[in-house]
Amino acid sequence: MKLWIFVWSFIVGGIICVIGQIMMDVFKLTPAHTMTTLVVVGAILGGLGLYDPLVKFAGAGASVPIMSFGNSLVKGALMEAEKFGIIGVLTGIFEITSSGISAAIIFSFLASLIFKPKG
Amino acid sequence: MLKGHQTWVFDSKPVIISSAAVGGAFEAEGALAEDFDILHEDIWLGQDSFEKAEKKLLEEACETAISKAKMKKEDVQFFISGDLMNQIISSSFAARTLGMPFLGIFGACSSSMEGLALASLLIDSKSAEYVVAGASSHNVAAEKQFRYPTEYGGQKPPTAQWTVTGAGAALVAQKGDGPKVSCATIGKVVDMGISDPFNMGAAMAPAAVDTIEAHFRDLNIDPSYYDLIATGDLGSVGHSIAGDLLDKHGLKILKHRFTDCGLLIYNKDQPVMAGGSGCGCSAVVTYGHLLKRMKKGELKKILIVATGALLSPLSYQQKESIPCIAHAVSIEM
Amino acid sequence: MSNKKKKKLTPIQQEYQDFAKDREPKPQVLKNCIRAFLVGGIICTIGQGLQWFFMKYFNFTKETAGNPASAVLIIISILLTGFGVYDHIAQWAGAGTAVPVTGFANTMASAAIEHRTEGYVLGVGGNMFKLSGAVIVYGVFSAFVVAILKLTIKWLGGM
Repeated sequence: MKLWIFVWSFIVGGIICVIGQIMMDVFKLTPAHTMTTLVVVGAILGGLGLYDPLVKFAGAGASVPIMSFGNSLVKGALMEAEKFGIIGVLTGIFEITSSGISAAIIFSFLASLIFKPKG
Repeated sequence: MLKGHQTWVFDSKPVIISSAAVGGAFEAEGALAEDFDILHEDIWLGQDSFEKAEKKLLEEACETAISKAKMKKEDVQFFISGDLMNQIISSSFAARTLGMPFLGIFGACSSSMEGLALASLLIDSKSAEYVVAGASSHNVAAEKQFRYPTEYGGQKPPTAQWTVTGAGAALVAQKGDGPKVSCATIGKVVDMGISDPFNMGAAMAPAAVDTIEAHFRDLNIDPSYYDLIATGDLGSVGHSIAGDLLDKHGLKILKHRFTDCGLLIYNKDQPVMAGGSGCGCSAVVTYGHLLKRMKKGELKKILIVATGALLSPLSYQQKESIPCIAHAVSIEM
Repeated sequence: MSNKKKKKLTPIQQEYQDFAKDREPKPQVLKNCIRAFLVGGIICTIGQGLQWFFMKYFNFTKETAGNPASAVLIIISILLTGFGVYDHIAQWAGAGTAVPVTGFANTMASAAIEHRTEGYVLGVGGNMFKLSGAVIVYGVFSAFVVAILKLTIKWLGGM
């Protein structure tokens, strides 16, 4: 079981990226449009309860792609709503994704202090 | 003098008494490295922003052209220049340093020939004795403004082009030694509905074809008159489309005499997809490589058709297509 | 999407666009998909390895190990972006680097690094979300809609 999850994370992660590639090459969407669509799809699948089983099955293959960001946003909202009622939707959205966004902001800022664009 | 609908014939034959081409590190690895006056080692040129570096490129090109003619900035009446930056700041700030009366123009990548045409008109009409026409572009500054930050990991399609980091300038005079500008055809804006900023070649090709046809129609001559017809930066995609369109419309352009500055400037192994582009592209190739070939006697009559895509980052987001323009200048030895 | 645009074109424009399309090099879809699959798969596998590492040495559980693993991937992407390496990998890998969370980190880091010349407040601060803003806006908004819908259905006794 332990090793199989590595194989599935490779395959499922790869497939999600291929879907993104097809969206860009065949449907001529920009990377921003592609990622936005995937996030929204992730949120919808999360709401339908379909994304968590995928994460259980494929591990990082489902949690690393940007779709899981949408799923985590929904999960955070629903978790807080369960505890605090409908206002929890607002207070809980960033609960789970906080580490990702915070890390991105903090380290991007640090990068801007240290690095120059290379062209 | 006006000939036909949109062509000026310069009876007094304004002379390009000197010219200069300045480039960056990537151009130094290219096919025309020998024909640059100055080549820089990196994209910063010792400045702290890319926009300032582009201004420096243009300043150097103008100052080099003026000093090659053994003249001073004070001898030049007008400076005509354009570039890709918002509000053409590279040209305006270079004009500030150069201190010459300034006419800023915007023709996107067709600015070099728009500038040369206007400079020649000023000289021919005796409205000036010396005029400098320049154009510049900087790869990173252009990417930052029109597309994505340079370190962004977006995949570029095979139709994309590489903006040249370079500036070219020509000093035009009423008399002297050098290649002469015989006529210029001013182009109309042509929009065939292409809206992909990663496929400028296909967007610009119809404008180039329109101007080329107007040129031959107005002057009533045949394409065989020229030793070389070079488009500015159509790249491999746009250039082949233009060639096919001209064939389709019955204009017999000889294929071995029809080239593109964006195809000439880089080597085959450089990752430039469809070829070079930018205001600097047609400027450095014409004012460096092509004029050198003319002075060596290899070419006697050339037609440079600089092509520009007149979009802005905002127009693209507002789902507008890309209107394009092309200006043609004929230079004879 | 292209059909809607075609209706607004004149016949000459349409004819030209078809003419041009025949002469354009097409992106090699199959090659790009294979590359995206490989790189995307590798990045996710590295993520899986990081999750295992955090579970074994830092007492994270299967559910919570995803967070630190993503954070590490984010930091690595930002470093590669800073060193000027990421864009070259991404040109080769396409969606393989864009779709995982690495793509998100790269959009922020590249914008921040590029706009330093406009100052730290307006340049870096003001532009950091230039490319990633859409993902966050639509992610949050769709999560909001989905959550409200789900709660409404539950409240109506539907679930």
